[in-house]
This record gives sequence, C-alpha cells and structure tokens, in this order.
Amino acid sequence: MKLRSAVCLASAALTLGAVTFAGALPFRATDKIDPVADAKAFQKFFTDKFPKVKYEDFVNGPYSMNEDLHRQWQEKEQFPPYEFSLEMGKEMFSKPFKNGKSYEDCFPNKGIGIRQNYPYFDEKEGKVITLELALNRCREANGEPPFSYVRDEMAALTAYMAFTSRGKPMDIKIPNDPRALEAYQAGKEYFYTRRGQLNFSCATCHVQSPGERIRAEILAPALGIVNAMPIYRSEWSGMGTTSRRFTTCNSQIRGVPLSPQDDEYRNVEYYLSYVSNGLPISGPGARP
Amino acid sequence: MASSIRVRATASGENTEVQALIQHPMDSGFIKDAKGELIPAHFITQLKFEHDGKTVFAADWGGGVSKDPYVKFSFKGAKKGDELKISWIDNKGATDTTTAKIQ
Amino acid sequence: MRNRMLRSTLVVVLLAAGVTSALSAGSEDEFKAAYAAADAANKEAAKLRNQWTTTASTLAAAKKAADAGEFDKATASAKEAEALAKASIFQATSEKTRWKEMEIR
Repeated sequence: MKLRSAVCLASAALTLGAVTFAGALPFRATDKIDPVADAKAFQKFFTDKFPKVKYEDFVNGPYSMNEDLHRQWQEKEQFPPYEFSLEMGKEMFSKPFKNGKSYEDCFPNKGIGIRQNYPYFDEKEGKVITLELALNRCREANGEPPFSYVRDEMAALTAYMAFTSRGKPMDIKIPNDPRALEAYQAGKEYFYTRRGQLNFSCATCHVQSPGERIRAEILAPALGIVNAMPIYRSEWSGMGTTSRRFTTCNSQIRGVPLSPQDDEYRNVEYYLSYVSNGLPISGPGARP
Repeated sequence: MASSIRVRATASGENTEVQALIQHPMDSGFIKDAKGELIPAHFITQLKFEHDGKTVFAADWGGGVSKDPYVKFSFKGAKKGDELKISWIDNKGATDTTTAKIQ
Repeated sequence: MRNRMLRSTLVVVLLAAGVTSALSAGSEDEFKAAYAAADAANKEAAKLRNQWTTTASTLAAAKKAADAGEFDKATASAKEAEALAKASIFQATSEKTRWKEMEIR
C-alpha cells in the first residue's frame, strides 16, 4: 500500500515536471483555466500545512493559528466589538429609503442569509458584482447617495448581512461564460502578483506565511479569509470592509492602492471567495 | 438610540460575574484627524456599577482607555434576579444609565 | 568618469563667472527635465496599475525642494523618483509571467 502510493506520488511528480516543462512552451496546455482543480489544490495546501486545524476553523483567521490568541478571542466573542456596528446595520437594513423601498427589495430572500452567494458574476454586465457594490447600487437606484466602500455604514450593512448568513457554506458559482472564467483568472493573477516597493503579493503573507508573525500580528491563512468579512480591527479601532482590507494591504506594502471596487479588487475577491467555497461564513469577525 | 451600555451579569454560587461593553469614542485629545487638527478630548471620567444601593465597582477613567471599553469583574453578595445599575459620565457632562437583571 | 565630472565642474565654474543668472536657470531646467522624466515613468506605472507610494512621496519631496529654490536637491530627488518608478514598471512587467511561480497547483 505504502509502496504503491509512493509510486503514485513519483509518477505524479513526473507528470508535474512534464507539465511544468510544457508550461515553458509557447502553447500551454496547463493554461486551461480549471477553477475546480484550483480550489481543490488550494484547500489541500492549507489542510496539509495545518493538519491540526479543523477545516471550518480556517475562517477564523489568526485565531486558528495560535492557541493563546484563540483563547483571548473566545473570551472576546462573548462581547464582540462588532456588536454596535451589527446593531446599526440591522436598523439601517430594515429602515425604508425616502421613496419607501428598502434594501430588502434589492436582494433575493430580502437580503437575509445570502452573503455566501457574493460576489457573483453578472452575465448581463460581464463583470463581478460584490455585496458592497450591490448595496451601493441599491442605494443609487433608490435615489440615495452611495456610502464609502471602506467603513462605517457599509461595514455595518455587510456585517448584518453576513451575520444572517453565519454558518452557511460559501457558495460562489462560475457560470458557463468565458468572461466569468477570465475574471476568475484575472483575480488569481492579482492574488499572486507581487507589487509595491516591498515586492509582496497577497500570497507572500497569506499563503507562504500564515501563522507567522508580521510585527506583532499573526498572519491569517488566505483560505476562508473573506468568509469573516467585514471585520472589527482593534488596530483600526473600527470596522472595515473587504475593500478596506484590500486597499490597506496595498499601501502597507508601499503600493498605491486602487480605488475600492475597481475591477482588480472585484476579481480577486471573486477568486478568493471561490477557492474558499464550502467553508462557512463567519462574519462579522473581530481581529487584533 | 439604543443604550450605549451592554451588560451581562451571571450569578453562580456567591459570586456574580459582570461583563460590560460601553460604546464611547474615548478620544484622548492628543490624536489628529485627517486634516491634521486635534480631535478634542472626549472620554468617560467615571463609571459605576451599583447593586442594592451599594457601589460594587467604580472606575475613574481618563483618555488612556481604549475606544468602546470593555469591563469584566466579579463581586459577592448578589443573587439571581437582582438588579444591577450601571452608569457613566464623561468629561463633556454626557451620561448614560442602564439596569440589568442578574442571571 | 571622475575626470569628466571635474571637467564639467570647471565648465560650470567658468560659466558661473560669466552669467550667474544663467546658472540658476540651468539647474532649474535640469530639475524640470528630471522631474518630467520621473513623472512620465510614474504615469506609465499607473497604466500598469502598479505605482509605488514611495515614488509619489519622492516626487513630492522633489517638488518641495524646487519650490524652495534648492534645485540640486530637487534634481536628486526627481532622479530617485524616476529610478523608483522604473523599478515598479520592471516589477509589473516581469510579474506578468512570474506570478505563476507562486501559484498553488
């Protein structure tokens, strides 16, 4: 049994070698975009790297990586710091706009328990639609000014929507549309591309070094990282959305951040959410 | 507006464990805003927990305490169903009070 | 190299002896050229969606020094900014293929 699996592994390695070699040729068979295989490999990478961490615990970011932090967090969760924001979001969500309609009218199932389906690919528009974008479009369609994408009201609304979806497995779909695959692939490229003067990609921290410290913080694994959004960061002493996380990540590595909800950010959220499919929604989260 | 104070008090045996979260900016007066102007000091100066007319916990706070502070302590002599009164006053004279039933 | 620098210094000194105003204008021109080159490189980096925050801050420092009339310092900053911008362009270009090396497969 052992021998056979070793042989299997060796032949797999050989195939891999051949594939890598083929990758160098101008015509690349490996360039076939295969999200299903990607997600499988992505999740396997983390479960192999952290065999002791329970699968559904990956959504708890740094707390899944460090026992001390985990204990502190459990204590904190009895009185989570996002509670005020959550309450504000709940209030805002049911309060009607000036025209009498409300957020409930913009979303399937009145917006309850649907967080796991965002972001989705809109085939009419040919682009990725995130929850934050959908919320602001809902506001604009009803004659209300849009909110800032990074904090306060937007975080409160998404906190409430995530809360009503807690425990539901992330369920991102890639429709049979070449543009959807393209968006997914662009998101993947963004995730692995090094940028900024410090020459970091998203993966440098969240794939190569989860569980390690960066200054005083413990890095979260990329797997399930979006499931906890939005988050209350003690460092920010406030709430932040996925957009805020992306833009601050960029500036921390000395890259000029793009505008929230630019195509790149939408695509990378699409990619990250897709490869976290199956993991439960845990947002809103609290992070050190 | 909902109360700025969240409390949970649970009695087990003779001890009552109290946890509270208070929503307050707790500006120290030394922080600048995005325009570079100082944000004026605005913080809780006194926090009090009373049980049966007796103060069981009091704190004199300053600008060094974090935003939305969290407090946890325990005391003896209360039982389930008793009321706990919590109040704070800040340096601008604003105040808030709430009562919680011990569970 | 050193020799040539010496010689050019000599030329500058000789020139300075003649027309002082032409000298300050000359180094302002040098700054303007260096700044324009840095700015252009940074704009190219923007097209590649990969500007560095340090490029922007070094460009700002160059501008500040120039406004204060310190053109030598301003030119040096502008050249540094150009080098940073070019490095960011190189990064963006090479990462177009290199990102795959990091991918989990």
